[in-house]
Amino acid sequence: MLLEKLSNARGVSGDESAVRALIAAHLQKHVDEYRVDALGNILAVKRASKRGARAPFRILVAAHMDEVGFLITHIDRDGLLRFEKIGGIDDRILPAQTVLIGAQAVPGVIGLKPRHLSTESERKQVVAADALRIDLGASGRADAQRVITPGAYATFATQFSTFGDNCARGKALDDRAGCALLCELVRENFPFDLYAVFTTQEEIGLRGARVAGHAVAPNAALVLEATICDDASIRSRARAAQSFPPRAQAPITQLGAGPALTLADRRLLAHKGLTRAIAETARAEKIPFQYKQPLVGSTDAGILHRVRGGVPSAVLSVPARYIHSPAAVISLDDFQNALKLARAALPKFADALDA
Amino acid sequence: MTRKETQRAPAAHFPTFDLASASLSDAAPSAALTPFQALLKRLSAAYGPSGSEDPVRELVRAELKGLADQIRTDAFGNLIALRKGAGSGRKKIMLAAPLDEIGVMVTFIDARGFARFDLLGAVNPLTLLGARAQFENGAIGIFGRETRGAPRAEIETDALFLDLGAAAADALPVQVGAAACLTGEFRAADNFLYGKALGGRASCAVLLETWRRLKRVAHDVYCVFTVQSAVGARGAGAAAFALQPDVAFVVAPASAQDFPGGNSNLALGQGPAIVIQDQDMVASAAARQILLQTARRAALPYQIQARATHGGDGAPIQAAREGIVTGALGLPVRYLHTPSEMAHASDIENTIELLCGVLSNKTL
Repeated sequence: MLLEKLSNARGVSGDESAVRALIAAHLQKHVDEYRVDALGNILAVKRASKRGARAPFRILVAAHMDEVGFLITHIDRDGLLRFEKIGGIDDRILPAQTVLIGAQAVPGVIGLKPRHLSTESERKQVVAADALRIDLGASGRADAQRVITPGAYATFATQFSTFGDNCARGKALDDRAGCALLCELVRENFPFDLYAVFTTQEEIGLRGARVAGHAVAPNAALVLEATICDDASIRSRARAAQSFPPRAQAPITQLGAGPALTLADRRLLAHKGLTRAIAETARAEKIPFQYKQPLVGSTDAGILHRVRGGVPSAVLSVPARYIHSPAAVISLDDFQNALKLARAALPKFADALDA
Repeated sequence: MTRKETQRAPAAHFPTFDLASASLSDAAPSAALTPFQALLKRLSAAYGPSGSEDPVRELVRAELKGLADQIRTDAFGNLIALRKGAGSGRKKIMLAAPLDEIGVMVTFIDARGFARFDLLGAVNPLTLLGARAQFENGAIGIFGRETRGAPRAEIETDALFLDLGAAAADALPVQVGAAACLTGEFRAADNFLYGKALGGRASCAVLLETWRRLKRVAHDVYCVFTVQSAVGARGAGAAAFALQPDVAFVVAPASAQDFPGGNSNLALGQGPAIVIQDQDMVASAAARQILLQTARRAALPYQIQARATHGGDGAPIQAAREGIVTGALGLPVRYLHTPSEMAHASDIENTIELLCGVLSNKTL
């Protein structure tokens, strides 16, 4: 499964080459043009299958290749590695994680003082990332230097697997799920020019998308993402909050309820015509979908809609629990429905903009 | 004067009303509105929170009739109007004013029909208690606040909700994602004008009135009424990219706090503010010079805003393409981003005169 390979591939923001190689191999059979730009974005074009009377309509469909991870900054004398977080990672999840470092995928562990030696108050505290070290099992600095140099990137070590009720777990499903969807889309023939753009450095500030959008100058854009799914954590929050009147809460998205359509997020007020077209397509084709709770999170569309003279933009996401952690969880039903919906809705974009 | 002293002579401070007189009725002040005040009232009342600017855009489009040679709406929703200049050596000038206003967006609806929301733009949740939200379909919601367990002094958006007078979720006239503006009726109290969204809309009126006054312009002038300004100046850059002007001037409200315990040096009635810097832009020296010289030559009052506390449409315009010479005029407004933004008629007048002077200058 391509999704599995993509999830296991390692590509922290700024170091996406392994993911790019995997996607490039897939694209070759399906696209008319392929290039990699100065920031490492893949810009691939699948030309319209039939030329209509109208001028070629360009739709940029984007998914980001990068994932959150770590940058090795220093090797201590004892051979332990200092690191910085790349992208948004919660310090609470770091201790005892297994990681893979550098192109050679050297295994490591983020160490923590054992429970036996920790005081009661220490056990309740979150240890800040800069106080943690990655343990290579090296005997000292010289030993560590043989396999690692500062500047190497590290990822969570999780391997993708399916489980439960047609669910999948793995690292980097944000946004390899989107990459996999886009890889599937390029197999299709569309009545418009499909610009399949796999972006870099999304997690550190939507950096790749800016130049990719400028280069393509599309008529419309659709971003394929994996987004916050807090249905499980809301249930646990509500239980924990029983002693205090819990605030009315609704999940941002729910697992298994279909792909999530964005109305607005922190950086985008989604194009109303495109969003309506996607929703109407879903209803007509009886594809389940849900609206993502507005004004939470952000995606490459936050930049894409602002390039050049403005680009009407929409976002469709696969809900993913525990994103930015070693094990995100998605429903493969949601994934398949996202693919169906994107496939059916994209040909409606041109008319949606005319209306 | 101490409080005690004021209490000694109450009669002098409280005029006596004839309760039967019509002067207390709501209709009385608006009857006396000048045509320009009536325009301000229409603009202030128009619905247009960020991303939902259609109604206010259509109003401005109608007001542009007879003033522009070309009018169009771009992919973003910016309204772009062109007035062609006469003569050779003319430049391309872009004037920009924000079309949108602050507001809220429904984020979810609970089973009992109360709507939760998040903010569109720099809304202070403190200003929402007891205020009303108005949706595009006319539905009104009243801002309420959770009281159980909530600390008295702090107000967080999470603890607020909108009550639309619905008995249950399915009776609600709005859906998740619906945007609302705040309500606040326009009034003119002599030269003090107030109403919701007045700062931005008065800025739009400045552009309209500037064109109305100028029979002929020396340059090609684009008036751009920008969208999504309040959520981070998202629309203006796209328009600047498309137009590639030689110079751009932004007109937008600037926070004046010439009130008790206020915290800025701008004052109402002292003229438009020529902006040196805002949060995201240092105004281009050339554009600043044009504004300063024009004001001095015409003996127009002006104030200097050394550093505005917000960013605005200027920064994305200035950074468009290879860079655009950009200046900014701040229209002093008290109670900015509340349902009762207050401006002064003379500041609006002097901003118009200043822009008329700029556009008439052949050697710009």
